[in-house]
Amino acid sequence: MSSGLAPILDQAVEWLAAQPGSIALHESLYAYTWIETAHVLGITLFVGTIAMVDLRLLGVAFTRAPVSTMNARILPWTVAGFVLMIVTGALLFYAIPVRSFYSLWFRAKVLLMLVAAVNIFVFHARVERDRGRWDREATPPMSARVSAAISLAAWAGVIVTGRMIAYNWFDCDKPQSAFVHLLTGCPADLIEP
Amino acid sequence: MSLYRQFEALEATALGDGIKNSVWLFPAIEAVHLLALALLGGALLMLDLRLLGLGLTSQPTSRVERDTRPWLIGAVAMMALTGGLLGVSEAVKLYDKQAFWVKMVALACALVFTFAIKAPLARRDPGLIGKGAALVSLALWLTVAIAGRWIGFS
Repeated sequence: MSSGLAPILDQAVEWLAAQPGSIALHESLYAYTWIETAHVLGITLFVGTIAMVDLRLLGVAFTRAPVSTMNARILPWTVAGFVLMIVTGALLFYAIPVRSFYSLWFRAKVLLMLVAAVNIFVFHARVERDRGRWDREATPPMSARVSAAISLAAWAGVIVTGRMIAYNWFDCDKPQSAFVHLLTGCPADLIEP
Repeated sequence: MSLYRQFEALEATALGDGIKNSVWLFPAIEAVHLLALALLGGALLMLDLRLLGLGLTSQPTSRVERDTRPWLIGAVAMMALTGGLLGVSEAVKLYDKQAFWVKMVALACALVFTFAIKAPLARRDPGLIGKGAALVSLALWLTVAIAGRWIGFS
């Protein structure tokens, strides 16, 4: 992160944490818990269905269904899962903005989501361009299989790093190496003296 | 030996003790448990959607059942293995948690229903009764997932 942008984001998360809605969610007895439960269900719907489409692209499942059929009939459920996951995820961040923003795991998760997003873009813009030629083939070409493998690996990484946010190993108020501090960008007032 | 004593003995084994005393093992196993959940959710949904007349409607229901079966069994096996390891490492705590017992009862019902009732039914390409089976399946597995998440909160 550039040094020019960092102070602005530091202030933004502190401002977010001071909002009444953020404090209410943070201190709520059940709201946060239910949002987190819905987040897990959203991930299950999203990653579960995207994994099925990826397995089809790898040629190891639903080989009799054309790829275009998988896209048309399954991806709408993936989008529904994505909306649930993003809305609940944003609320979870809103409830705990400062700790999440400086979390090494959260940052790794965002990075992996970017990788997955670029992969989706490349798949639709390039890999799928000649789909007509392999739509019904049991095993799609190498480029499609690589795309599916990247997707599976990236979303699996998002799940793993997302779960690890709950653990405090790399929190700002714990003794950390200079390298971890560099990655988390913890401001001085949050670091344990 | 009472059930509580058995849970205590389970947690005291080298396996339970090893996981409990490691910083990384429990989170790592938990992460694999979640990955298997996503796979399980995907495999279940493909068939339940098809039974409801949604999803892969161009494929026969029996075909979707056959296509999802290995992934479903693999996911259930991975969940049982990782879930068992997590459970052994905190067996005593689980014994007192209502969410744990709700999950175990719902899980037993879900497994019996999925493999003994829903799968044989799906292989015969059912109509309306298949929709009922899909709704029961979704309700049972949702209960397992929600109760599972609440083990960590309660």
